[in-house]
Amino acid sequence: MSVKIGFLHSLIRPEEKLLLHEFHSRDGVELLMVDDRKLLYNLGKDRFPFDIVLERCINHSRALHALRLFESAGIQCINSSKVASICGDKILTSISLQDHKIPQPEVRVAFTEESALQAIEEMGYPVVLKPAVGSWGRLLSKVNDRDAAETVLEHKVTLGTYHHSIFYIQKYIEKKGRDIRSFVIGDDCIAAIYRFSEHWITNTARGGVAKNCPLTDELKTISVRAARAVGGGIVAVDLFETDDGLLVNEVNYTMEFRNSIGPTGVNIPQRIVDYVLRAAKGQVRG
Amino acid sequence: MVECPVCGGTVNLGADTVQGELIACGECGSELEVTGVNPFTIAEAPKEEEDWGE
Repeated sequence: MSVKIGFLHSLIRPEEKLLLHEFHSRDGVELLMVDDRKLLYNLGKDRFPFDIVLERCINHSRALHALRLFESAGIQCINSSKVASICGDKILTSISLQDHKIPQPEVRVAFTEESALQAIEEMGYPVVLKPAVGSWGRLLSKVNDRDAAETVLEHKVTLGTYHHSIFYIQKYIEKKGRDIRSFVIGDDCIAAIYRFSEHWITNTARGGVAKNCPLTDELKTISVRAARAVGGGIVAVDLFETDDGLLVNEVNYTMEFRNSIGPTGVNIPQRIVDYVLRAAKGQVRG
Repeated sequence: MVECPVCGGTVNLGADTVQGELIACGECGSELEVTGVNPFTIAEAPKEEEDWGE
């Protein structure tokens, strides 16, 4: 009997294409493409013809709600809606990391321009203001002094939607030109890259260059702990190196890996598909 | 081969192209989406939204 995989997607990026190739190479797998732009749910009446859903949406908000809807219909999802909920919101991520005593940069959260400025002044400069929901390094602001803080906060309040008045403020960590992204699948940290950039934002989506990062015991341990803190599954963990050890910056739940297969030599889509198929057979602990 | 909806240039699609695939026009660089595979059709890709990403 074949395993029926619901492949939840919108645009097919290189990552999705690599995953599709990998699924097609396996025996006993029936792949059902589920485009989130065409989805209709009939709450309480839906019956879906797949055993498990692999989420590869490009929109966080669609992914989050689609996953919860599939779960309500009794379908196991990777990642779960809980993981999507936590990882999709930097505040919830930081709370989960804090709850599990995982090292992270100092974080403060405020809801008004005035209290955000007070928090920044108390933290000391520089700080980084981040949208609670967002990725690819977009709309990150490194704030070096009070003038900049006042300006950025005013712009966010005046020009942004209400989301931009939820202020996530992180102490700036001097990265010395690189940070680390590790890849965790289940209980295994399978690979990691350094992301090099002369810019303080090192995302490869913003031009950061990926090189292999050796997997040390410290890196593997903190990566798996961070993954478990947000609910496990398939995640990518962004980390900073400091003199006091590694700090977890963010955890990503629909990870991109196109630039990481070559440098690490790890067949990441193969490992993802292995995990999904094991989960579909009930061989992965939740 | 299909025509780029932005510049009118020629876009070559391989046999393994899938519906929904994100591609770039080799002539103008526009991001395009494969909206159909039998026959091939393409359109401008959706604009990046605030909650796009990982």
